[in-house]
Amino acid sequence: MAVPLSSVDTGRKVRLLEIHAGRALQSHLTALGLIPGVELEVIRNGNSGPFIISVKDTRLMLGRGMAEKIDVA
Amino acid sequence: MLEDPNNEEGSEGAERALVVALAGNPNSGKTTLFNNLTGTRQHVGNYPGVTVEKKEGTCRYGEADMGLVDLPGTYSLTAYSVEERVSRNFLIDEQPDVVVDVLDASNLERNLYLAVQLIELGTPVVFALNMSDIAEAQGIRFDLAELSRFLGGPVVQTVGYKAGGMDELLAAITQVADHPAAFTRPHVDFGREIEEEIRKIEGRLTSASGLPSHVTPRWLAVKLLEGDPEVGEQMASTGVADVVAQSVAHLRGIFGDPPETVIPDRRYGFISGACQEAVRSTVEDRHKQSDRIDAIMLSRVFGLPIFLGLMYVVFQVTFAVGAVPMGWIESWVAWLAGAVGGLWPAGSESPLQSLLVDGVIGGVGGVLVFLPIIMLLFLGVALLEDSGYMARAAFIMDRMMHRIGLHGKSFIPMLIGFGCSVPGILATRTLESRRDRLTTIMITPLMSCGARLPIYALIIPAFFPEAWHGPMLWLIYVIGILLAIAAAKILRIAVLKGETTPFVMELPPYRMPTIKGAAIHTWERSREYLKKAGTIILGFSIILWAITKYPRKTEYDTDYGRLAAEAQAVYLTGARRLHREAVSPVPFEQFLSHAEGNPDATAHDAIMVAPVSLSEFVHRIRMIRARCEDTIVQKGLEDEELLVLALRHQVDEELARLRSDDPGTFDAALEFVDEAVTPYRERLDEIAARRCSEDMRYAVAGRIGCALEPILKPIGFDWRIGTALIGAMAAKEIFVTQMAIVFSVSRGEEDQEALRHKLQELYSPLVGFGIMLFCLVSAPCVATIACTWKETKSWRWAMGQWAGLTVLAYLVTGLSYWLGRILDIGV
Repeated sequence: MAVPLSSVDTGRKVRLLEIHAGRALQSHLTALGLIPGVELEVIRNGNSGPFIISVKDTRLMLGRGMAEKIDVA
Repeated sequence: MLEDPNNEEGSEGAERALVVALAGNPNSGKTTLFNNLTGTRQHVGNYPGVTVEKKEGTCRYGEADMGLVDLPGTYSLTAYSVEERVSRNFLIDEQPDVVVDVLDASNLERNLYLAVQLIELGTPVVFALNMSDIAEAQGIRFDLAELSRFLGGPVVQTVGYKAGGMDELLAAITQVADHPAAFTRPHVDFGREIEEEIRKIEGRLTSASGLPSHVTPRWLAVKLLEGDPEVGEQMASTGVADVVAQSVAHLRGIFGDPPETVIPDRRYGFISGACQEAVRSTVEDRHKQSDRIDAIMLSRVFGLPIFLGLMYVVFQVTFAVGAVPMGWIESWVAWLAGAVGGLWPAGSESPLQSLLVDGVIGGVGGVLVFLPIIMLLFLGVALLEDSGYMARAAFIMDRMMHRIGLHGKSFIPMLIGFGCSVPGILATRTLESRRDRLTTIMITPLMSCGARLPIYALIIPAFFPEAWHGPMLWLIYVIGILLAIAAAKILRIAVLKGETTPFVMELPPYRMPTIKGAAIHTWERSREYLKKAGTIILGFSIILWAITKYPRKTEYDTDYGRLAAEAQAVYLTGARRLHREAVSPVPFEQFLSHAEGNPDATAHDAIMVAPVSLSEFVHRIRMIRARCEDTIVQKGLEDEELLVLALRHQVDEELARLRSDDPGTFDAALEFVDEAVTPYRERLDEIAARRCSEDMRYAVAGRIGCALEPILKPIGFDWRIGTALIGAMAAKEIFVTQMAIVFSVSRGEEDQEALRHKLQELYSPLVGFGIMLFCLVSAPCVATIACTWKETKSWRWAMGQWAGLTVLAYLVTGLSYWLGRILDIGV
């Protein structure tokens, strides 16, 4: 069941399904490791304000708006 | 296949000149590596046509002279960002002999995404497995030979911050440069279906003409399938677009996703395969320690206070520590002015002398004085950046920035702007969205820069009691920040409309900043400030000097000559009387010339001989006093300081000793000095100052000031302030000097107290506050506008910034003035 990343609680691990963004942004996120199928761990979901996730060995900070555009399961 | 024309030359110990490019992710330690290899032999330029920094340097290894280019840190080589395009085009067009891909060993998979793209381009690559010490500590083990086979190039382990592995790296570079064919280029297989479409497109391309050289048809085909905008545009004329469209549709049908999603997936597959064979790791989270620190640094309770605290510390240290070298530079500039001025005889009216001393040294000196503060601020920022804290700060600030329509990363340029707007504006290059960049560039000048400090230092003590000094200064800074926020919001709503860019940023683990790295960082930014001083401000100082001095008045309103003659008559009468009363044996003229002789402060030995004549006494008294005042001026001391009190006390003692030699003559001499000489000189100074003021009013600057008066009156200003503000347009540093001239505080009078008294006489605290507001909001200096112009590549934005800030300054000052008058505050 696809849910937006922004709704995932701190500490949960999910799999990335799709990113709803323009080509430039998608390409940038791909280069950062966010491709469909990759496993993500939510390091911090502050309910407001930026988000921190872990992808492979990297930590990424995402704005809330960004997190809402990423579908995971 | 990339052309390699040097291949045939071989290398029999002949001198080689190599071009080596450094590529790699941000935070991979690439810059540290670059610094290790080039040290101080580096310089910064620009890639033509874009505002991307080009860092180049040189390095020598054996007989090879290497020219290194530090490409911008990128995660990929797509056409979607300027940095990536610049890097890609550099690799394709400039054909470097070797590319060094700097990999973060503790984060290898993601880092290899860029590596794969370098491999696809076909450039000869050497892989620097950087931060390998950290990887090792985390229990990751590499099979270098296997990795090298997969990637098609030597893999060297390096430890950037300890400069470990540099020799091996250089050896690998020369090896690859000499024998590029020794390594088999790996083939990244995209799978049967995609490979088939690639072949189709390749076929179509090879029959077309006008292909760019230095890239393979395969590479072009892959890019076209990925929908690369730049390649698509370049290939538009070949008519290959329809074949590509067919392939894309076909592949989408098979995979359910477009090739631009599947191809990266295959790349990661290749990377995964390579890592599985060549990397062994025990599960050890490299972020564990950073996480512990972040638990506090990013906590909702402590995060913001810690951030504010750190900012406060940076500023405090900057201003406190910076004050000392500032004093040195001030003295040195004063000395220089004196030395250059001394090349002409005293009282000379030479325009050249004035140009050099007032115009050049005065103007540029004012800018140089701030160098220590600015360097310290940049050092603080550099240390925070290198340690990784800035990413956290951007995270904390993002929420606030988002609400005013900016990006979390926007606050770094603004922070730097507190030192100087020019490097602040340059720092906006890290912002990817043009809208974010423009907004940030527009509001950065509202962060009260270092040059405005002397203005506040002049005005606040003139109008406000001591207890208010600190809070007033703080108030000014806060007003600047609030205005910036408001301006950002308005710009976003009215002019730079659009959604805020999504905030995506890597959170690197904390690391120890290297002194070398921070120092180089600091120096680069400071150099921008100095360039500004050396060029724009120098130019404008000269223009300002010209418009302040010319045209010269020949006929004056007041007959200054007559006034001076009157003063001299009074003086001579008094002098004769005293001379008679003292019954001096020396004829009056001789006595006068000796007594009047310039007190030579360096004739120290004369003190040893006991004085006998009245004139000698006069001379000595003046000398003792002059020495004291000179010292005070040279060291730039303030009236209340202990040292000044001590020096003056010393003067009293010396005078007392002198008196003991011959009290009668001493008293007569003292009377002469205090009642004839000193008042006469002061009167002469006063007359000269009044003349100066009239000169000023007649000169271009003064006339502009007078012409502007009708506009300035509503906000409480008069022609004098207007004239000073014109000068301040060039650089805020010049404002105080201009004020001194306008208020005819005599030249050479370093004591700001005199100027403050004049200000108090003429203006109310409300107006004083207004002056500060105006200076705060209006454009800091021409250099800022010029920088905006260069960075936005649009004179419209630069002019808009200047006009907008000036209008805003007028409105804010007007508002404050009228509010004050209505509420009857500080009038």
